Amino acid sequence: MVGTKLSQQATRLLFAATLLLAGPSVVAAQEPTTLQVSISNHRFQPAEIVAPANTAIRLRIKNLDATPAEFESVSLRVEKIIAAKSEGVVNLRPLQPGRYKFFDDFHRDTAQGTLVVQ
Amino acid sequence: MLAALIIVFREIFEAGLIIGIVLAVTRTIAHRGWWVAGGVAGGTLGACVVAVFAGALSAAFDGVGQELFYAAILGVAVVMLTWHIVWMARHGRELAAQMRAVGEAVVAGSKSLVGLSVVVGVAVLREGVEVVLFLYGVAASGAGSNVELLAGGFAGLLLGGLVCALTYVGLLNIPSRYLFGVTNVMIALLAAGMAAQATAFLERANVVTILGSIVWDTSWMLTEKSLVGRALHTLIGYTDQPTAMELLVYLATLGAIFGLMKLVTSIGGAARQARPVY
Repeated sequence: MVGTKLSQQATRLLFAATLLLAGPSVVAAQEPTTLQVSISNHRFQPAEIVAPANTAIRLRIKNLDATPAEFESVSLRVEKIIAAKSEGVVNLRPLQPGRYKFFDDFHRDTAQGTLVVQ
Repeated sequence: MLAALIIVFREIFEAGLIIGIVLAVTRTIAHRGWWVAGGVAGGTLGACVVAVFAGALSAAFDGVGQELFYAAILGVAVVMLTWHIVWMARHGRELAAQMRAVGEAVVAGSKSLVGLSVVVGVAVLREGVEVVLFLYGVAASGAGSNVELLAGGFAGLLLGGLVCALTYVGLLNIPSRYLFGVTNVMIALLAAGMAAQATAFLERANVVTILGSIVWDTSWMLTEKSLVGRALHTLIGYTDQPTAMELLVYLATLGAIFGLMKLVTSIGGAARQARPVY
């Protein structure tokens, strides 16, 4: 009997923990905000993009150059190859307000940008 | 040139570690060189093919084809690593007995080599795509410093080879009676790390959306992008901001591997008791 009670409690605890952990991602299931940025001559255009806080973001990155790029951001935890003359999509979870830097890892000296979340 | 060296080395680094481990794990198996070389060759070829179709892959599945593809090949690698460990748990003792009998001469373990060969291929493919694309970009841009950049890339490749050699030599310095246990744990952690990485790709593709909250943030202490961070990322699956789901998958993979190991050794152990002990 004690065992049943314990397991019931454990189940309840697990359920609560799941809810707690799943909570923020339920919010993420809302319609994401789509943003666009392009790369030309190994520079981001625009170099600064603004996004709302606490909303999922769908970032479309268009590479207009004839060479591949790698969209990367340490703070956003993103690494994505974007082939020459093509487009890639990066999905971002709801973010806290702040400035998130990103760059093209293949052309780090010129291609630098910032995502401003507010 | 230095930039090219760093980019190529960084990508090759992870593959170098994995190949070094695989070489150490398979040290007593005949013809393992061919299997590992086959994995490297297959991975390189695969990387070139993926690089050529990078645009199409990226555009597939509503822009997240790349993430899904990486998740899939990492999943294959996890299965192969698990299979290897379980296979070794089952046959390891027999192999060890044979080894004692014939010195460390020849052990026919080519079955489990297929799996490890695939793992090597996956590691090379995943890291190689970026190297191929980067070098292609360098070559295609037609800048005057091409030769220098390519030299830098080549130097990065050599350094990656050095990492592989150092990993191998380092592991071989472990006394052989411990080596089997050590490499088993390493492979289990490698598999768990890859499973978590695959999960991260699925999360980025918005396929997995539950349990998405960040459990901890140790980026202030050790970022995943630093050399030590990268090494730990490969070896034990270190992530500076893991989500609950990634953590769960990591632990579940470890649990599954050790559970399966226990299961097959206990079944094998029962069968073995009937045999005479020398």
